[in-house]
Amino acid sequence: MTDISQMPDAAPTTKPKGGSLFEKDARTKRRNAAESRFKMYGIAAIGIGLLMLIVLVTNIVTAGTGAFQQSFLALNVELKADKLDKKGNRNIEDIKKVSTFGYAPLIASALESEVEKLGIQTDLKPKEMGKILSKAAQAELRNYVIANPDEIGKTVSFRFLVNSRVDGYMKGRVTRESIANDKSISVEQLDFVDQLRDAGVLYKAFNPDFIFGADASDQRPEAAGIGVSMLGSLFMMLVVLALALPIGVAASIYLEEFAPQNRLTDIIEVNISNLAAVPSIVFGILGLAVFINYMHLPTSAPLVGGLVLTLMTLPTIIISTRASLKAVPPSIRDAALGVGASKMQAVFHHVLPLAAPGILTGTIIGLAQALGETAPLLLIGMVGFIASNPPDGIVAGFLSPNSAMPAQIYEWSKRADPAFYERAWGGIIILLIFLVTMNTIAVLLRRRFERRW
Amino acid sequence: MALSWLLLILLALAVIGFFAGRSRALASAGGNVRDLHSLPSYYGYNVALTALVPAVGVLIVWLLAQPMIVNSTVSSLIPDQAVPEGSERGLIMSEVRRVAYGLDGAVASGAMTETQAQNGNADIEALTKTLKDAGQVLTQDITQPILVAAQKFRSMTSTGTVAMQVVVLALALLGAAFAYLRTHKEFRARNVVEQGVLALLLLAASIAILTTIGIVLSMLFETMNFFQLHSWKDFFFGSTWAPNFRGGSELSILPLLWGTLYISVIALLVAVPIGLFAAIYLSEYASGVTRSVAKPLLEILAGIPTIVYGLFALLTVGPALVSMFGDGGALGVGWMASSNAVLTAGLVMGIMLIPFVSSLSDDIINAVPQSMRDGSLGLGATHSETVRNVILPAALPGIVGAILLAASRAIGETMIVVMAAGAIAKFSGNPFEAMTTITTRIVSQLTGDTDFASPETLVAFALGLTLFIITLGLNIFALYIVRKYREQYE
Repeated sequence: MTDISQMPDAAPTTKPKGGSLFEKDARTKRRNAAESRFKMYGIAAIGIGLLMLIVLVTNIVTAGTGAFQQSFLALNVELKADKLDKKGNRNIEDIKKVSTFGYAPLIASALESEVEKLGIQTDLKPKEMGKILSKAAQAELRNYVIANPDEIGKTVSFRFLVNSRVDGYMKGRVTRESIANDKSISVEQLDFVDQLRDAGVLYKAFNPDFIFGADASDQRPEAAGIGVSMLGSLFMMLVVLALALPIGVAASIYLEEFAPQNRLTDIIEVNISNLAAVPSIVFGILGLAVFINYMHLPTSAPLVGGLVLTLMTLPTIIISTRASLKAVPPSIRDAALGVGASKMQAVFHHVLPLAAPGILTGTIIGLAQALGETAPLLLIGMVGFIASNPPDGIVAGFLSPNSAMPAQIYEWSKRADPAFYERAWGGIIILLIFLVTMNTIAVLLRRRFERRW
Repeated sequence: MALSWLLLILLALAVIGFFAGRSRALASAGGNVRDLHSLPSYYGYNVALTALVPAVGVLIVWLLAQPMIVNSTVSSLIPDQAVPEGSERGLIMSEVRRVAYGLDGAVASGAMTETQAQNGNADIEALTKTLKDAGQVLTQDITQPILVAAQKFRSMTSTGTVAMQVVVLALALLGAAFAYLRTHKEFRARNVVEQGVLALLLLAASIAILTTIGIVLSMLFETMNFFQLHSWKDFFFGSTWAPNFRGGSELSILPLLWGTLYISVIALLVAVPIGLFAAIYLSEYASGVTRSVAKPLLEILAGIPTIVYGLFALLTVGPALVSMFGDGGALGVGWMASSNAVLTAGLVMGIMLIPFVSSLSDDIINAVPQSMRDGSLGLGATHSETVRNVILPAALPGIVGAILLAASRAIGETMIVVMAAGAIAKFSGNPFEAMTTITTRIVSQLTGDTDFASPETLVAFALGLTLFIITLGLNIFALYIVRKYREQYE
């Protein structure tokens, strides 16, 4: 701007610099260059932002898809009656007496005969051969026998999970070089795995247990699943929905439609906007101090998690509900009042139904936010708990200890075996699928029911 | 009788009350609806609400108060000499609760009769054995005072629960009867119901205040307990963070605050330029199509849960940085020893904050009146000169507010730093070193077995309160600036 004002001063006394309007002088060139540089900065900033998004998403997809596949070994196991049911009367109590350990010889001999049948040459001892299988295999076999005692004495074909190192080898995560200092697997065993794979009995397949199964202990990453913690998240979301929606809508109706202009209203409004910005971990401290330490609600219970997340989501729901109540034009209220409705009737019969799609959208977005929240759950003990059994019933679902999806992911990320990292990424894929679905539903609802007045 | 049954009975009472009140009102008007003051259903609602609301209110208050009263009474029963050396009353109390629940469980499973469970002079060894056989969890040996206290706990709890059920049901019945008898065609049922509903709405709105009070009180009490056990001078002005569960720990917030601020500053150094330039480009240069594609895409970054960023930092960004700056890395400098570092956490947090800065700044830039742009362009300034010399100065207070809001987000962020920042509290300027933050320490002091009587646990509440005050202060200040600025052009 300054240069423009200087130009006229210079003009009358000396010859105009630069001359032609068609030729750009040095200053114009510089200014134009600055202009395009500035524009480039903007494009670069957006580019970096989008690049980060792409890197994040590709990273999640490439690192996590492996968790949905698992390596299995197909084996025909003879369920020898003399080992499993010595008395021969098929009494379920007697069969249960055989411990998991007692099933190991069955699997070992099945593996041995399979190796003989396929004609695989190996120097491994049968015990070392058996080590490529997961520690979960024997328990799986035992559960099968207890569920189907009639099958004792027959030969049944199974597909057993293999150990996480072998699975990692099949997926390319473990190589012959990387196991140099690894005591749990040897190069010979990997050669053996190669032979089994070429014979087609060791193969990768879709693993539904990752999605629906329970978490497993440190030693068995291959058997860990996210299903039980998904149930924990579900019960938490039910608590949040049952509490946050009615309370949030009631609070918004009061503030938007009935609240007088006084100090109490001001305090409430300031409070709500401040609560929306309180770090989520502070809500965790509140939950620990009030719900667990003071009220003695059970630790790690989805009920407590739900209560904490309710307090956290309330401001979000209140803010969006107020916005959608505000969007209903005053003429609707005036018309209702005009034909004799009371203020309460005008709100509940006319304004609220018209604002319902907006409220629903806000609630879904609030729930999505609560579903992904982790920090408060750390403090109320939903981490560190191995969610190995699904809850027995609805009451137990709310009250018995459980994990939640993000807490489960965090738990996996802390464990030592790198095989759990793959599961953590896989868990994130599932979590993001839920979030994307919820947000899409919210957007579709808004598109479908949005009214312009 | 379980709580769920009580609630079901209350609900059933309300439903019956609704229909009873409605038909009584109709009967009083001789079946002619037009003689009633209000619509018939309002008479029903009146009975149902009068039955339900006070009863449920008392129920909630009772459920909150009973554990506190029982706890303090039982706690006073335990003599001081029964508290072993090096242990705490709180630990004894949790043992008492465990024994009481164990007795409950044993009675419920039939391993022991009610009289046996109430026998104060019972043989303790035999009792322990019975409880263990019944599959109850006991951690310590039961002593005589603990057993007596546990029995007192059981009897108080069961009396309290029975009394609660009686009081709540009586209240519900009384309310229903009162409202039912009041029902008459002249009764202004709608006004009464609407008053009641308004009170409920106000109550719902006050939950926000209750939450804030709950947050402040819960942290304030424990913080005061902490300062009784640990000197406040060390907390605010000490220089070392070295918790030691055997006592004699140094718990100073300053090294944690340093780590928190350092990581936040790195995050803002990433987020502010990128977010600001993105906002400028989107609001001043981009075509409608670009804007409608790029803006929602950028905002996806804000919707991703922080656990995802945490994992991204821990497993992707950290190792990538080590492979660049670490020993034998691409740059061959060997600065970075582990993937847990200030830089890792700061970079990833910066990515998370980009959409936060950009959408707030976007709103603020859009709020600058078009006439100012037109004036500047009309005087011959280029587009970028207009942005730099006219729009940004006009929007500056708002942008500062946005940056402060982002800073408060960064200070309170937990998952990224828990997973990627490390656990070493120190004053250091090296961004390649691991450092720890306030939120990380809150998590580590409060997870696992927490003993609410040791300063090492209680310090988490003092840290939490400090965090709450810092973020709240930043937010209030930022909102004040943003609001003040917005009003300027309206």
